Amino acid sequence: MAQIEQDDAPACARVAAGAISADALIAVEHLSKVYPSRTGDVTALRDIDFCIGEGQFVAIVGPSGCGKSTLLKILVGLLRASAGRVLLKGTPVDAPRRDIGVVFQAPVLFPWRTVLRNVLLPADVQGLDRAQSRARAMELLRLVGLSGFEGRYPWELSGGMQQRAALVRALVHDPSLLLMDEPFGALDAMTREQMNLELQRIWLEQQKTVLFITHSIPEAVFLADRVLVMTPRPGRLIDDVQVGLPHPRPLEIMNTPEFGACVKRIRQCFATRGGQDL
Amino acid sequence: MSAHVPRGILRALLVVGFLLVWEAATRLLDIPSFILPRPTAVGFALYNGFASTLYFEHLGVTLAETLAGFFFGTLLALLLGTGIALSRRVEYFLYPFIVMFQSMPKVAIAPLIVIWFGLGMASKVAQAAFTAFFPLMVNTIAGLRSADEDRVALMRSLSATEVQIFTMLRLPSALPFIMAGLEIAMVLSLIGAIVAEFVGAQKGLGLLILTMTSSMDVAGQFSVLLVLSVLGLLLNSAIVLLRRKVLFWDRSQRQDTETTVKGSVL
Repeated sequence: MAQIEQDDAPACARVAAGAISADALIAVEHLSKVYPSRTGDVTALRDIDFCIGEGQFVAIVGPSGCGKSTLLKILVGLLRASAGRVLLKGTPVDAPRRDIGVVFQAPVLFPWRTVLRNVLLPADVQGLDRAQSRARAMELLRLVGLSGFEGRYPWELSGGMQQRAALVRALVHDPSLLLMDEPFGALDAMTREQMNLELQRIWLEQQKTVLFITHSIPEAVFLADRVLVMTPRPGRLIDDVQVGLPHPRPLEIMNTPEFGACVKRIRQCFATRGGQDL
Repeated sequence: MSAHVPRGILRALLVVGFLLVWEAATRLLDIPSFILPRPTAVGFALYNGFASTLYFEHLGVTLAETLAGFFFGTLLALLLGTGIALSRRVEYFLYPFIVMFQSMPKVAIAPLIVIWFGLGMASKVAQAAFTAFFPLMVNTIAGLRSADEDRVALMRSLSATEVQIFTMLRLPSALPFIMAGLEIAMVLSLIGAIVAEFVGAQKGLGLLILTMTSSMDVAGQFSVLLVLSVLGLLLNSAIVLLRRKVLFWDRSQRQDTETTVKGSVL
């Protein structure tokens, strides 16, 4: 163990325990979720505790069934926690909030709406200024390389393009927090790397706070400032790894020893905690 | 294209050949016209019927009854279907009775409907509406409940109200089901109207068939049946046209549209 800690030294350090900052954009405090069932209660999440500062890119990595999606649903306000609470800008999240944008694993576009109308869905729902939202949507579509596709329908686009439209939809109402639930999981490896690069570029340009959920350790390390490591049964955070690599990161960074050290360290967490299903 | 044209000609030849064999058989075997009329006699009856404006009059009445019945049946189906889809309580209290009503052959209530609504158009409209509403209602319920869970979660994450989720998501998601239901409802409306006319009417193609039966005018009956099938076909085409316009985004519809477009070339 000591050996590993030394290897990691500059690139990825453990965040000091209990480093709760008062100016955190989102603070998750002692969050637990228990699903009652006939054969006994199932604990999906146990005592989850973390904060994310303004403008940070944080990834949560963990195997399938570790409660990542449950956590996301609670953060979005779609699900009630059994214990603990989530604070967004200091106020508790107990119902969906308008200043959160979500990108799901599937693009979840409406086939009867054009790309532009899909992207403007949050503006329609929340009754935002039409002209202003439209201008912002066009700008974001340009940013993700979908200019010229405004009038197309989702079924005329490739999977990667659909997910880009979903990203624009999550950003169009200018939320303070962007939640992404394995957004590129359904894409092929090449498209996925491309999307990671673009997401990084958009994040650097838009200065959003991002919480990115994934089961891919390299993806988490490539994108995030900080990687929270989650293990299943019950879902707990077992490590908080700082990724000290400067942005913007090129794809080649994945071949550097620093990158490798971070990946190795996270992998080690699962090995020692019996996360064989990774 | 070139592959379709010969097949189209083949189909036309098949019809012509069938009519020729029919004509020849009735002549050679000397079949009496009150059993099986000759195609030429049917054509003659058809021409006479329209030339004397007799058919137009009855066709107009049956068409009006069918369309009005379709309208009210659709209204009833959409209202009940929406109520049942949105509220488990409405479903609990209403649905068993509606199913009970449906399991009864709708044709059997036609005499009662005529007693209640009279010999005029009202009874035909009521019968058409009652015959047509059930399948559309079932489809409306299924459609409104078919909205994708991920899409509902998306709407909720945007803090959409239930009304917004209904109008922006559930209703569009239900449209493929509703359009399929409308197609069935249109055919059933025509059946309902004709059945009620059989029971008792002052005008309409169903009544015309009855009077022709009493005067053994079988050729006339054949001609009215031809008019009815063309009417049914046109009414159905109208719904199909509407469906293609409304459901341009539905993948299954697009494939369907392609085959129908190919079919119409024939």
